[in-house]
Amino acid sequence: MTLTLLTIHELGARFRSGESSSAEAAQAYLERIEALDPQVRAFLTVTRDQALTQAAAADVRLKARKPLGPLDGIPIALKDVLCTRGIRTTCGSKILERFVPPYDATVVERLRGAGAVLLGKLNMDEFAMGSSTENSGYFATRNPWDLGRVPGGSSGGSAAAVSADMATATLGTDTGGSIRQPAAFCGTVGLKPTYGRVSRYGLVAFASSLDQIGPFAKDVEDAAHMLRVIAGHDPMDSTSVDAAVPDYAAELGTGVAGLKLGIPAEYFIDGMDPEVEAAVRDAVKTLEKLGARAEPVSLPHTEYGLAAYYLIAPAECSSNLARYDGVKYGLRAPKARDIVDMYSKTRAQGFGREVKRRIMLGTYALSAGYHDAYYGKAQRVRTLVRRDFQQAFERVDLIVAPTTPNVAFKMGEKEDPLQMYLNDVFTIPVNLAGLPGLSMPAGFTRSGLPIGLQLIGRPFDETTVLRAAHAFERATDWHARKPPLP
Amino acid sequence: MSEPRISMKEVEHVARLSRLELSEAEKERMRRELDSILAYIDKLRALDTEGVEPTSHAVPMTNVLRPDAPRPSFPQDEMLANAPERSGEFFRVPKIIEE
Amino acid sequence: MDNNLESVIGLEVHAQLLTATKMFCGCSTAFGAAPNTQTCPVCQGMPGSLPVINGRAIEFGIKTALALGCTVNPLNRFARKHYYYPDMPKNYQISQYEEPLAEHGRLDIEAGGAARAIGIQRLHLEEDVGKLLHEGALETAQSSQVDFNRAGVPLMEIVSQPDLRSSDEAAAYLKALRAIVIYLRVCDGNMEEGSLRCDANISLRPRGAAEYGTKVEIKNMNSFRNVQHALEYEIKRQARALETGERIVQETRLWDPDKSVTVPMRSKEFAHDYRYFPEPDLPPLNVQSAWTEEIRAGLPELPAARRRRFMEAYALSAYDADLLTQSPALAEYFEAAAKDFYRPKRVANWVLNELLRELPGDDEKAIAACPVPPAHLVGLMTLIEDGTISGKIAKDVFEKMYRSGESAQAIVSREGLTQVLDEDILRKAVAQVLSEHAKVVEDYKSGKKAALGFLVGQVMKATQGKANPAAVNRLLAEKLPQV
Repeated sequence: MTLTLLTIHELGARFRSGESSSAEAAQAYLERIEALDPQVRAFLTVTRDQALTQAAAADVRLKARKPLGPLDGIPIALKDVLCTRGIRTTCGSKILERFVPPYDATVVERLRGAGAVLLGKLNMDEFAMGSSTENSGYFATRNPWDLGRVPGGSSGGSAAAVSADMATATLGTDTGGSIRQPAAFCGTVGLKPTYGRVSRYGLVAFASSLDQIGPFAKDVEDAAHMLRVIAGHDPMDSTSVDAAVPDYAAELGTGVAGLKLGIPAEYFIDGMDPEVEAAVRDAVKTLEKLGARAEPVSLPHTEYGLAAYYLIAPAECSSNLARYDGVKYGLRAPKARDIVDMYSKTRAQGFGREVKRRIMLGTYALSAGYHDAYYGKAQRVRTLVRRDFQQAFERVDLIVAPTTPNVAFKMGEKEDPLQMYLNDVFTIPVNLAGLPGLSMPAGFTRSGLPIGLQLIGRPFDETTVLRAAHAFERATDWHARKPPLP
Repeated sequence: MSEPRISMKEVEHVARLSRLELSEAEKERMRRELDSILAYIDKLRALDTEGVEPTSHAVPMTNVLRPDAPRPSFPQDEMLANAPERSGEFFRVPKIIEE
Repeated sequence: MDNNLESVIGLEVHAQLLTATKMFCGCSTAFGAAPNTQTCPVCQGMPGSLPVINGRAIEFGIKTALALGCTVNPLNRFARKHYYYPDMPKNYQISQYEEPLAEHGRLDIEAGGAARAIGIQRLHLEEDVGKLLHEGALETAQSSQVDFNRAGVPLMEIVSQPDLRSSDEAAAYLKALRAIVIYLRVCDGNMEEGSLRCDANISLRPRGAAEYGTKVEIKNMNSFRNVQHALEYEIKRQARALETGERIVQETRLWDPDKSVTVPMRSKEFAHDYRYFPEPDLPPLNVQSAWTEEIRAGLPELPAARRRRFMEAYALSAYDADLLTQSPALAEYFEAAAKDFYRPKRVANWVLNELLRELPGDDEKAIAACPVPPAHLVGLMTLIEDGTISGKIAKDVFEKMYRSGESAQAIVSREGLTQVLDEDILRKAVAQVLSEHAKVVEDYKSGKKAALGFLVGQVMKATQGKANPAAVNRLLAEKLPQV
């Protein structure tokens, strides 16, 4: 049995039965990465030696029948936006090409503490800004389903690695859809938790009030296991919420009988791929057959969400990226006349085009004279988007919708930044409202490209989201299909 | 063509505020792209947000405080390890001037 | 200055708080560590780091706000203030902007004999920046070095209304404010070391005018004297400019204490665009009245109240009370002594003269280390009161007490310094001196009153200084007419 085909729970069972070892699993994944990644290009850094050392340590525990939990010995990989102590962390940018953090992000500490084995750091759009991973300062990642297409972004490497079985599971981040959209494009499960559910300490910030860390997984149960390990209050993150973390995996099998689903009219728009629409409507029917009840809901401010996001996120990003100036870490432009010259040249040389664009947009939105009209206005629109959801959740328990209006597009197809931004129209409002959102495979186009179904829940109700996702997954077999790779 | 929303002068001013050196070609491209994005964002103007509170934080929390208890600082070498230019125990920077 | 012009001054004071740790992380705030050894990813602004508010800093802020009669804003929050500078780890400073911790307070001062109430516009909290070091002046250095130990230390910013009208008032305001933060133990008030910093905004306008003139910001005044001199210079400079029809440039000027002038630093015509927005990494504060009232109940007696009480309870002059209460440690020392001695005024004299002359400072540390505890001072003064020693001898004894830490009694006994009061001995000494210095006696009789002092001195010498001076004077006055 090829170990790399297995999920966390399947691999874990083999560890516990003694059938396989963590060292074998790690070795299998490392070999697969070596064989496939030259084509897929998901990894920026492979931590081979560390992975084998960690696997050996896990095997000692497994042999002694003292596993740390379901993740002990499981090979995973991390989006390169998460700080890993002693392992370079680039955020997909040239400006941090040689940055080696002296500390671990809290989620990394928790994964280590659970015994997970780190295979490496994954490619992404630079500083998490993009929807295709074409904005990486290094190279573009390819979609395992069609190597001429994008995997989505910004967590393209994280999605592709799971999709191509180069990791059992991975972590990505989602600010405007950067987990859910690549999960949809690559046919995997991708979960963005409620804002505040998972600590952001050690997550290199893009837009502080929107960023969240979440798992990519081969199935819903795996996502539940990953979430349980990383979620929970962190005193180092003032925006992390002090609320108990349920045993998400234990709650999965309860089904959807009596669950009320809201189908938002605004998420079925002109111009969207008709195959996507069809697959999502079919998915709703499947859920109804399983006992859920669907009704239409309206989220009237959806179309304004994108515009508000493209003011708020760039504003916060322009602030968060001000620190990249060549003084204490990262790139420093050589031969600068003085400090101002050094700042300007360093940032010009180190940042890519999309990042510069958003910094400019954000600075403009915050600048004197424009602050209220742009940033201030966007913050108010954000409140209206949140209210839409609050009102809908008075009537329904879960919102079911497409993840994206289309499927994976060709590399280089979306040159116009605005065209690229429109990808995120269904995912952005969820970030603005801070709600949990999950994408999972719900079908394929005739040409074999994955289609994503999005489930959106109440704040801190990942349990219902996962439960419904699990029920849908059990009733279908989309998740079992693998991309046409060796 | 409708009224441009952002002028070249504003692009240069914002580039200066952002400490980004842009070539003439980049400035022009930036101006066009920002202009089109701002045109899209303009649809927000149509929305009446009178009396609506702005959302600064996704989760309504207050008073997240920590006790005044010291934690070990990081060793000097670790904090200087990523320095592009180190001068003994310090970070070294070129001649400091104002804007 | 032309009497038709009045100066309008506002002061902006930054106080480094005496918390054990920084504003947003657990690094120590202790002074004097090796460079870049008191830092962490948070205060160095590393990628992925996040701030967490130090609760004690908020408590200190509220305490100070209450002492200054401010209204604490229950809902207040932190904001990002953006500008690029190498001592700024994140190139934004976490500060407070539209919703500061407190506003609308007042500080009563006295200058030139007049009492005035100075408005406090706002009080807020923020983080300090790192330290830059370079060879020579900033303007000429080709490179600089950065130490981030100080980055993140909590700062309390107190902004006055532009209510001050003279450099004297400005100095008085600063002194009063400094005394309060020291009393509250929220700041050590050390201007030379930079834990208390003061910038001024000053403009001139025709007396009685409602509109403000162009204001100039003055920086780099690191002592009361420098504040006073800088403002005096600036008032003259602006007045001269206005008289000659010159336009005042809105700018920042630095005080040069060596040349005693202010020089332009940078033009504030192009003011910084700080692009403030609420800090997304920090939820807002909601200061409930229960917390405020708890802090209010714990406020110590403040300088003004103590001054009034000293004047009443100990019959001290305003001048003496003012000096004694500048430092809480000194005031406590005084009171410990005064309550056991029936003439507090004398205690005040001893403390303000002999004691302060010996002490290296009037702060808590100096007072705690003082070799003469209040009880010993009282002991010394009692020996004077009961005539055991003369006032003059007492001064020597005090010096010895300070050097050895011994009590007055011990020194007087050991060295036999007991005052000679025995009239027989004194008469003998007087007689001897008068016979030995006939010429001086002649001088005195022919009108040179100063000669008396010489004769008194000689008697003191003959008795090894132990004669009671009053008795000597009396006996000489008796004897001289007879010679």
